[in-house]
Amino acid sequence: MGITFLCAFSILAITAYLVWELWINSVLPRHQFGFNFLRTQTWDPVAGQFGALPFIYGTLVTSAVALVIAVPLGVGSAVFLAELAPPALSDALAFLIELLAAVPSVIYGLLGIFILVPGLRIIEPYLKAVLGWTPLFSGPFYGVSLFSAGVVLSVMIVPFIISISREVIRAVPNDQREAALALGATRWETVWDAVLPFASRGIAGSIFLALARSLGETMAVTMVVGNDPKIKASLLAPGYSIAAVIANEFTEATGELYTQSLIELGLVLFALTVIINGAARLMMAASERGKV
Amino acid sequence: MTGSLLLWRRKAVNIAMLTVTGMCTVVAAGILIFILGYLFIHGAASLNWNFFTKLPTPVGETGGGMANAIVGSAKLLLIASFIGIPIGFLAGVYLSEFGEGVFAFAVRYVTDLLNGVPSIVMGIFAYTIIVLPQKHFSTWAGGIALGVMMIPIAVRSSEEFLRAVPKALREGSMALGASRAQAIFTVVIPAAKNGIITGVMLNIARVSGETAPLLFTSFSNRYWSEGLNQPTASLPVMIYTYAVAPYEDWHQQAWSAGFVLLTLVLGVNVFARLVLARNRHVAR
Repeated sequence: MGITFLCAFSILAITAYLVWELWINSVLPRHQFGFNFLRTQTWDPVAGQFGALPFIYGTLVTSAVALVIAVPLGVGSAVFLAELAPPALSDALAFLIELLAAVPSVIYGLLGIFILVPGLRIIEPYLKAVLGWTPLFSGPFYGVSLFSAGVVLSVMIVPFIISISREVIRAVPNDQREAALALGATRWETVWDAVLPFASRGIAGSIFLALARSLGETMAVTMVVGNDPKIKASLLAPGYSIAAVIANEFTEATGELYTQSLIELGLVLFALTVIINGAARLMMAASERGKV
Repeated sequence: MTGSLLLWRRKAVNIAMLTVTGMCTVVAAGILIFILGYLFIHGAASLNWNFFTKLPTPVGETGGGMANAIVGSAKLLLIASFIGIPIGFLAGVYLSEFGEGVFAFAVRYVTDLLNGVPSIVMGIFAYTIIVLPQKHFSTWAGGIALGVMMIPIAVRSSEEFLRAVPKALREGSMALGASRAQAIFTVVIPAAKNGIITGVMLNIARVSGETAPLLFTSFSNRYWSEGLNQPTASLPVMIYTYAVAPYEDWHQQAWSAGFVLLTLVLGVNVFARLVLARNRHVAR
């Protein structure tokens, strides 16, 4: 039985080892740049200047775009599957959507390059006609952009939002629904005023889990984001993300400072996802406890 | 008059919003069908026997396949499974059978954190502990990166399926004189067998598509990789390299590889979920 304890303990040890390795292998840039690493915008390996801000910006912006698209789509589908669809149809569709979550990231990247990017080039004039007055949709569009990466990410995280939210909404006690219906509420009013508020913490948890996933997503973003370390106001401009720059530059990084700067970026990404994941778990736990 | 107008409005909102939720579902499910359809048509069209039996050809030469990448992926998954599944499974046994108190809480919490660590960070981890000291890329490094990724999922799925075994089975076997360990290994685990196998299959399917942790651990190789100490090609990395390269011929190969990978991953998923664990909640 000792061996099962040892294996359980090894998980703590491995995680601690992981953090330790990330920490000691990123000493150089921390020593040299301190907090400026997170604050400056210049990423110039030749001059030995490493500022992570464009990558942090790109990571946050692509995830934000993904959430703007995926949250309404995901919560809407979850409501339909949990409240309206007949159980057999709901289970079948939920199964299909779970499969969507199993599709590897690199496949999404492949579809992103060859379908989404050409597709967006066609849609772009219409997008600009409607939203072109905002700085977000101004400037030239080459197909690869922060916006394209956000769209791919939204497709990747929607299944998580749907399947977790569906479970959470289903777990809302029937009394809630019956009470609202008995007061004369329509089906939609029941969902909106009685069911969703009850499930809100669980749904928020599912959104945070999805966010953590999209922040760390690598391949699909690398393939469509454009890989340009600049901060531009427009979503249609190419950008970069933390995970993408690690994927692209790690093998060709020359010199210890360069490699260690990339490892420090990994540490930043690790910290970001740990915080978001921790928040998500807390919310999910709170919603479980609220389920009397 | 205003009363009936209000009622009419409420009914209209009701129908409109319910339709919107239905449309959301159609879009989400439509995307999957589109992805599958497109990949099957496009990927299958350029797939031929050479893909499975030949090495990649140099740029400009047509033909060739990804036999080395298929074998490479298999080797990586084998190493990963030998690391990730025993550790994860036994830790899952610990959590389900003895898992109370602060220590178990910490293990569960950290397991969830480890599960959320981005795959590219796992790649950095394997790089710093193996590639950096050895000074060369190797199949080992890639396999270990994938193996560590398998641990948290193995823990959670085996714990969940073991917990689903009724207490009466444990008590019954111990009443017959079995020790705690005997009860667990001869009664509880066999009872949870199907669920555990499902978990293992889904776990392997998940890491088989992972690309990011392999980029700078097992790297890539245009030839056969002998043993476990050399860099090796793998299907997901090949898809990436071929998709971002500027050659039309390589794009076709990328589609074929994508088709093969997706068929394997979804095939395992459908089989495991439908056949082995019918209607059971599966841990992610």
